[in-house]
Amino acid sequence: MKGMSSIVKKITQLLSGMIFLYGIYIITHGHLTPGGGFAGGAIIAASLIILVLAFGGDELTVVKRKEGSSVTESLAILAFLLFASFALIIGTNIFFHNYLPEGIIGNLVSAGVIPLYNILVGIEVAAALFTIILAFIIYKEEISK
Amino acid sequence: MTLFILCFVLFLVGLYGVLTRKNIIKIFIGLSFMEFSTFLFLVLIGYIEGGIAPIISKNITNPVYVDPLPQAMVLTAIVISLAANAMLLAIAVKIYKKYGTFDIRKISNLKG
Amino acid sequence: MEIILSIVLIFMIIGALFALHARDLLSALISCGIVGYGLVICFLLLKAPDLAIVQIVVETITLIIMIAVVLDSTRHELEKTAIEKKWKSLINSKALINVLITVIIGIVLLYSFRLAITHLNPFGEHILRMSEAYLYGGADKTGSANLVTGVLFDFRGYDTFGEATILFTAAIGVLTILRIKGRK
Repeated sequence: MKGMSSIVKKITQLLSGMIFLYGIYIITHGHLTPGGGFAGGAIIAASLIILVLAFGGDELTVVKRKEGSSVTESLAILAFLLFASFALIIGTNIFFHNYLPEGIIGNLVSAGVIPLYNILVGIEVAAALFTIILAFIIYKEEISK
Repeated sequence: MTLFILCFVLFLVGLYGVLTRKNIIKIFIGLSFMEFSTFLFLVLIGYIEGGIAPIISKNITNPVYVDPLPQAMVLTAIVISLAANAMLLAIAVKIYKKYGTFDIRKISNLKG
Repeated sequence: MEIILSIVLIFMIIGALFALHARDLLSALISCGIVGYGLVICFLLLKAPDLAIVQIVVETITLIIMIAVVLDSTRHELEKTAIEKKWKSLINSKALINVLITVIIGIVLLYSFRLAITHLNPFGEHILRMSEAYLYGGADKTGSANLVTGVLFDFRGYDTFGEATILFTAAIGVLTILRIKGRK
């Protein structure tokens, strides 16, 4: 896949990191402000997508990236399930029980396991959307040959 | 009342698109219109006049919050519709590779 | 409030009608964007900022995928073929039956919509029945200031888990459908 002009590449380099940081902020403050795992994950996926669209890269690197994001996605959803079933061992015998202390409402470290769920779902959504886009790009590459 | 009726009209526009268009991409567009109208209808039900967004804050006395339950439901529905759209588009790409067109009148190999 | 929302909704309906009737697929997709971003404005006016953030990002990503699908293909809709014209003349002979069926279906749909509406509270006067416990006890139980996140990850964790599973399955499905070369 061919990249774009050098102006687009430079602007993308400058912007992509900021979009990534904004996504991380949305995820980690999901229990205090509007947002959460789904919105932040989609924003992180968008920051990765504009990097791929602007810089391109040959087929091998794209395939390698797809393998990595697919594995990340699987690991994230496995960790989500493990966290949920951890409550069966530690807390009372309830699936999805909030077993960590709640803390003070409004602090960054509060709300028990909800921030951890937010982070895991954010990783999962970002990796899934990135995998879907990369699958379309690889398909177009193989068709055009 | 007018808002509910307008929402229903948007749903009917999507249904019209699904039933009458001949292009696969346009059928997907009609489906997404039906999804949008359903999301909007669910959120419209939960709105309370003069309410604020459901985020707890200590500074406000006697707050009136809008209903958080439809918002949580619609949040899951939006991401599910994204997943379904991605699957449908992948199938459309495959169909384009096999038949060379998006037109459903040409894709009639199943006719007996 | 109601007037502004009605104006945005009428704008969305016009955009939807244009998207369904555009000759070029690219302009149809861009008009589809009118409806999606209009929905974002509606969510913001209805005091649902979480939904607005999610919808604006999801709409952008869907548009990117759709444009990537459409861009290299034949974008213009086909002209009506001879078979289509034959069908058209056949349909014209049965025009009365078709109009009758359409009118009957429209009346049935409108009647069922009216039945569904009459049991709802009018717009803006929603009475909390089920979510009262979530609103007034939820913050103390979960410790989360954002009540939507509290409902999503604590009270209805099963829903969220199922949704994450659906997204995972969709990614696997897209990979499977679009694979050309098999693994050696």
